[in-house]
Amino acid sequence: MTTTPLAARPGRAWWRVPPRHVPVLATAALLLVMYAVGVSQYQAFSNIQVVFNVFIDNGFLLVVAVGMTFVILTGGIDLSVGSVVAMTAMVSASLLGDGLHPALVLLIALLLGPTLGFAMGCVIHFFDIQPFIVTLAGMFFARGMCTWISTTSIPITDGFWTTAAQHRIHLGENFVSISVLIALAVLAVGAAVLAYTRLGRNVYAIGGNQQSALLMGLPVGRTKIAVYTISGLCSAIGGILLSFYTLSGAPLIAVGMELDVIAAVVIGGTLLTGGSGYVFGTLLGVLVLSIIQTLITFDGTLNSWWTKIVIGGLLFVFILLQRLVGIRTK
Amino acid sequence: MSDRHPVLTMTAISKLFPGVRALDGVDLRLFPGEVHALMGENGAGKSTLIKVLTGVYGTDSGTIALDGAEVSFSGPMQATAAGVSTVYQEVNLLPNLSVAENIYIGREPRRLGAVNWREMRRRAQELLARIDLNIDVTELLGSYSLAVQQMVAIARAVDIRARVLILDEPTSSLDADEVAQLMRIMRQLRDDGIAIIFVTHFLDQVYAIADRITVLRNGRLVGEYLTSELPQIALVEKMIGKELDALERLDEATSGDDRAALEQGTPLVAADGLGRSGSVAPFSLTIHQGEVVGLAGLLGSGRTEVARLFFGADRADAGRLAVDGTPVTIRNPVAAIDRDIAFCSENRRTEGLVGELSVRENIILAMQASRGWLRPVPRRRQDELVQHWIKALSIRPADPEMPVRNLSGGNQQKVLLARWLITEPRLLILDEPTRGIDIGAKTEIQRLVAQLSDGGMAVLFISAELEEVLRLSHKVAVMRDRQLVSELTNDDTLDAARIMQAIASGSSQEGTVPA
Repeated sequence: MTTTPLAARPGRAWWRVPPRHVPVLATAALLLVMYAVGVSQYQAFSNIQVVFNVFIDNGFLLVVAVGMTFVILTGGIDLSVGSVVAMTAMVSASLLGDGLHPALVLLIALLLGPTLGFAMGCVIHFFDIQPFIVTLAGMFFARGMCTWISTTSIPITDGFWTTAAQHRIHLGENFVSISVLIALAVLAVGAAVLAYTRLGRNVYAIGGNQQSALLMGLPVGRTKIAVYTISGLCSAIGGILLSFYTLSGAPLIAVGMELDVIAAVVIGGTLLTGGSGYVFGTLLGVLVLSIIQTLITFDGTLNSWWTKIVIGGLLFVFILLQRLVGIRTK
Repeated sequence: MSDRHPVLTMTAISKLFPGVRALDGVDLRLFPGEVHALMGENGAGKSTLIKVLTGVYGTDSGTIALDGAEVSFSGPMQATAAGVSTVYQEVNLLPNLSVAENIYIGREPRRLGAVNWREMRRRAQELLARIDLNIDVTELLGSYSLAVQQMVAIARAVDIRARVLILDEPTSSLDADEVAQLMRIMRQLRDDGIAIIFVTHFLDQVYAIADRITVLRNGRLVGEYLTSELPQIALVEKMIGKELDALERLDEATSGDDRAALEQGTPLVAADGLGRSGSVAPFSLTIHQGEVVGLAGLLGSGRTEVARLFFGADRADAGRLAVDGTPVTIRNPVAAIDRDIAFCSENRRTEGLVGELSVRENIILAMQASRGWLRPVPRRRQDELVQHWIKALSIRPADPEMPVRNLSGGNQQKVLLARWLITEPRLLILDEPTRGIDIGAKTEIQRLVAQLSDGGMAVLFISAELEEVLRLSHKVAVMRDRQLVSELTNDDTLDAARIMQAIASGSSQEGTVPA
């Protein structure tokens, strides 16, 4: 995921890591430590299926986090993702209930998110309004749409959906779901776009210094709008994956998910001010979050709110780490 | 020159801003393969002219022709695409990306649609090698010095096939070696046929490199000259448009006669063995009422550190300080302000002014702080005071509600001065008050210092320009390697050469150095 592979560089010892990679490596180390703790404490933890389950349970989170990484890299934020995930699931469930063809439902569901994202991006760019407030409006709008469609949960019984939800892809004795493959595909595409396309590089440029990017002749407006559209698309895909997972659409599902996603991205080493970070780090961030959850489930005596407490503590540590690295490089 | 066609002609350019005629019928001709200095005071219209040229502003009248064809750029992007590139004083690149990417972003070499990193690195290395810059192009740009960043910016501009390169005060924050390297690159580019517009405040650099000079004053064209035919003094006169006799008169104010009178009585501030380990060696220095003490020395010699000790910005760990003969400990700036000591820092942007606030709010700030926030200064009184100082210091534009960031450097400096003067300090510490501002504003600030000291204010005046120190000070303290090495009385025999000698040799013996 490193965008500029290091050339042979006399005078630098191999163990000296460039400061910009420190946060990602710290996250990777933390992940390894947590996994080691799990394996040493609980016998069942060493079963590789535990890892696969982490992916199965959090595939949708990963997809949304990839979109969020794009947004945060430009120095923006997207608070609407949780609501868009819920809205996508609701719309799918509702339309499937009306007997629409699943392919058509998929198309509609996958268009809704990017459309809202595009609209928010346009407002942010053309009216020069802070992303925080625009996407907050988007968040309320999408959540409102959910309850407008139905105030109660709608079950999904469609054949395509249930197949997608229950199909197991076997890897030896273990298995993953289709959702996992979709999530990993999104991750790979996201990483490639960021590292190898002009759009991706412009995302970093805007996060570095928007004014400079403008003066260097980069398409700032277009890129910003694209980023919120991408985040909308990722939320829509995330919503579909969630509806595979729960086989229903519920108006109050994924409440506060945007905050989990932001936490995952930041723990993954992406700077909230933009310009620095990798999709690979985001993957690590999501894994850290879900391993904490798994550990607490395995423990069995701890309240699930402990997840939040640990995430809160970790977030503190990581923003401090980023700050320290930032100061050192200056 | 006349046998060649200009690459760029700007004819009769006018630009109106609400209430101001920023440019009034200005012409500019630029030939390929020349360095053309654009000179003028702050507010003369240099920046506006460049912004009109690069399409940041539209014109109200006049034409711009590139290679004889009339053009009108919609913005820097289009100007760059047409071959007119600008490198700004504050490097407008991306510190979070690699050097190579900074040169090629937006035009990355691609293979099958994907950015070809290897090719990009190779090209960047080649390009930088051409200007003798051998750095690791995969390193983040932000990890290099400003000078290197500037050269990378130039490399980027040149690689976009620039035929006109605008360098807007590129040397302001570079040291002598870096300036030399930049000049070398400029010569090389000039020999390659690129036309360079060079904006700077440094006269020496203009005479070292420029072929021709265009002078602007108050938005009007004064003239276009060959550098070889325009003596420095004539250039300065054309830039400020008034005789330099104001400076001559200042000299009389500091004649030796009133020195004896000054030295009588208890000094206002007396430092005795004051020092701070790791910052400045113990020194003794007295400042009397109405006295201007110059603090000379090279950059990093400890000048600012001395000022910070007096102001309580740093705490002394050795020696004593007395105000009015009473020993005091100044723990922090608030304590200093209570003792009527004011400090205008050299970093007016980062340590002094609040760019978003208006001129009025910035001026009132220190006064309000000393009154406490529970007793607001009545608006009527604010307006009176602010109007008075805007007039007294001729701050332009004379609009109290203008955000400070819209003012030129010289005028920002005056706002900062006004803020402290309004508190009626008895000791005013000025750290490089005239750096980076034009000659007109410089003269005004120097005259003001002389006036204030005539009025009884004590001034500690820090400056890298010896001429300025000599002109204003009653006595000159010389710093070298964080030590106060010499204290020289400014009588008729003192000149810049002797101060330089003291800086160079560290001699503390008065009179032993031949003048």
